[in-house]
Amino acid sequence: MTEVAVVAFAQAPNVRRTHGTTNGVEMLVPIFDEVYTRTGLSKADIGFWCSGSSDYLAGRAFSFISAVDAIGAFPPIHESHVEMDAAWALYEAWLKIRMGEVDTALVYGFGKSSAGDLRRVLSLQLDPYTVAPLWPDSVSIAALQARLGLESGRWTEKDLAEVAARSRRDATGNPRAQFGGETDVAALLDADPVADPLRRHDIAPVTDGAAVIVLASAERARDLADRPAVIGGIEHRIDTPSLGARDLTTSPSTRLAGEAVGTDGVEVAELHAPFTHQELIVRDELGLGDAVRINPSGGTLTGNPMFSAGLARIGEAAQRILDGEATRTLGHATSGPALQQNLVTVLERG
Amino acid sequence: MPEQPLSAPLDIGFDYTRSVGPVLGRFMTALAQRRVLGVRGSDGRVHVPPVEYDPGTAEPLDELVDVAAEGTVVSWSWTADPLPGQPVQRPFAWALIRLDGADTALLHAVDTGGEPTSVRSGQRVRIRWADEPVGHIRDIAYFVPVTDPPADAAPTAPAPPAATSPEPGTGDDTASVDTVITPVHLNYTHSASLEESRYLRALADGRLLGQRCPACGKVYIPPRGACPTCGVPTTDEVELPDTGIVTTFCIVNVPFLGQRIKPPYVGAYILLDGADIPFLHLVLGCEVSEVRMGMRVRAAWKPRDEWSTTLENIAHFEPTGEADAPYASYAHHL
Ligand SMILES: [Zn+2]
Repeated sequence: MTEVAVVAFAQAPNVRRTHGTTNGVEMLVPIFDEVYTRTGLSKADIGFWCSGSSDYLAGRAFSFISAVDAIGAFPPIHESHVEMDAAWALYEAWLKIRMGEVDTALVYGFGKSSAGDLRRVLSLQLDPYTVAPLWPDSVSIAALQARLGLESGRWTEKDLAEVAARSRRDATGNPRAQFGGETDVAALLDADPVADPLRRHDIAPVTDGAAVIVLASAERARDLADRPAVIGGIEHRIDTPSLGARDLTTSPSTRLAGEAVGTDGVEVAELHAPFTHQELIVRDELGLGDAVRINPSGGTLTGNPMFSAGLARIGEAAQRILDGEATRTLGHATSGPALQQNLVTVLERG
Repeated sequence: MPEQPLSAPLDIGFDYTRSVGPVLGRFMTALAQRRVLGVRGSDGRVHVPPVEYDPGTAEPLDELVDVAAEGTVVSWSWTADPLPGQPVQRPFAWALIRLDGADTALLHAVDTGGEPTSVRSGQRVRIRWADEPVGHIRDIAYFVPVTDPPADAAPTAPAPPAATSPEPGTGDDTASVDTVITPVHLNYTHSASLEESRYLRALADGRLLGQRCPACGKVYIPPRGACPTCGVPTTDEVELPDTGIVTTFCIVNVPFLGQRIKPPYVGAYILLDGADIPFLHLVLGCEVSEVRMGMRVRAAWKPRDEWSTTLENIAHFEPTGEADAPYASYAHHL
């Protein structure tokens, strides 16, 4: 079957609030331009379009339809959408190319989290009969997960603060990150919890943003990028939605997806962890040792654009190969509460 | 100061009515009777709340068993500022609680009278039932510590509506619950695009402002921000007259909730002179039977002191009496 490669990646600046609309057009048009310029492709060259976004985030029905304006969908295009992080849209696009239906695809995700109250909106992804009617917010649920690990000795508050400090330090090298800088672990730990046991630094910011990836068959990819990042494997798995029925300090779905793609020899990993302790869970389930560079972009803790943060992790992992800095990298995306669904992809120098 | 787009609160809500099926139906029915049921999984574990299919084997489950209204805190987190709809409306703990007789944990609220130091993992807690259970997860108002519960009742979010009322006077608490109502209310700030904002501000001055695509030359009103055909930002502003034609229309004969005009009346696509995209508006001022494709119309504006940033400044369109536009002149706008 056809091999598939990432040939370009771009993301909008991660910001706390844009003045734009919830249909993402203002964030998408410039980054589409970026990847067109980099690949020399135009919209007419794209065989398949696939996006990830959410009507709950936008507060209106079929919001992704308006985003299609950013494409200029005439003559009519071959298009699809997932109500998930666009990493899953990338999976769909990968399949289209694998099956030989098309040889190029453009995948994008966008979200204006600032339009509503994000952690409250996210409670609507929970079981609608017995959980969502209580409106448990995403931060509180992650805090329950964090405490389980703290009290079982799986991690310490210092471990979590170190993840935050490293992320912020790395984000200083990423001009599109929401914030970054040198921070002192002890100073971070002096802060009061905001959702005990979580402190502000443990929680990804609220971010408006968008990201785009262009995929091509390995054959086409050679004409579009000097060093295409070939998708060596991509898998996704899901755990039970019943939060109280699983061990929240583990992520079997991440482990299974990682085993399916094979994580040996990975030099750089971009992990989609909106909470500090979740990075530790994912890293452990993927068997990533100390030699693996984690989230050189600063990761989700320094910019969490809903519905494109997972796609951006794959994009950042691919960029290391496109830039010639690495030969084997890993991108991870998550969706749902407390790491319920996970997608893992390994990218290789072609 | 750079030009700011218009924005406004967007508050949406709906009371979802959900059928619960046989497993959750028995769970909800038991809650209305102040009892908690779990379901036995393939491996013998008792799940509370019950699941319809085993998470491991996917086998359908139907053996419901009683569990206690008392249990142990497995994990907790503290909420200093409760959000709308959350069970307890003063500082409280979210907790995963394993009820006695259950093997999985239930997510719910623990009230400690607002005191964060009064909650811990391993703590024994018990259900505080709602005053009037209806067969809903909120029949469990919240949990309180078994030892030293708060002296006063916690303020709570408004109770969900009952899906089915028991027969009055019968005292029938055995009726089975087959539906739950789960109100969802969300609050957003909706932003118009800069292009839409200019269009809306112009409307407040009684002007109709469109934009021309720099690539294909089409004129959009309202402006789109990006030409849907070309995918490029629309930049050149074009002021349009308040006259145009009906491209296509329908006669509304059916009354509906919130209707402002008595049927029959005409909803039509109006193509302003010089525009390439029609918009939906009303055609009044003639018999509905007189409205036709190609008919020339003019905007009937509301009194100036009622104008704001909305197309509703135009009350409706009405015929000008001029000769109809020939079909060929608007065929490509249909
Ligand atoms: Zn155009």
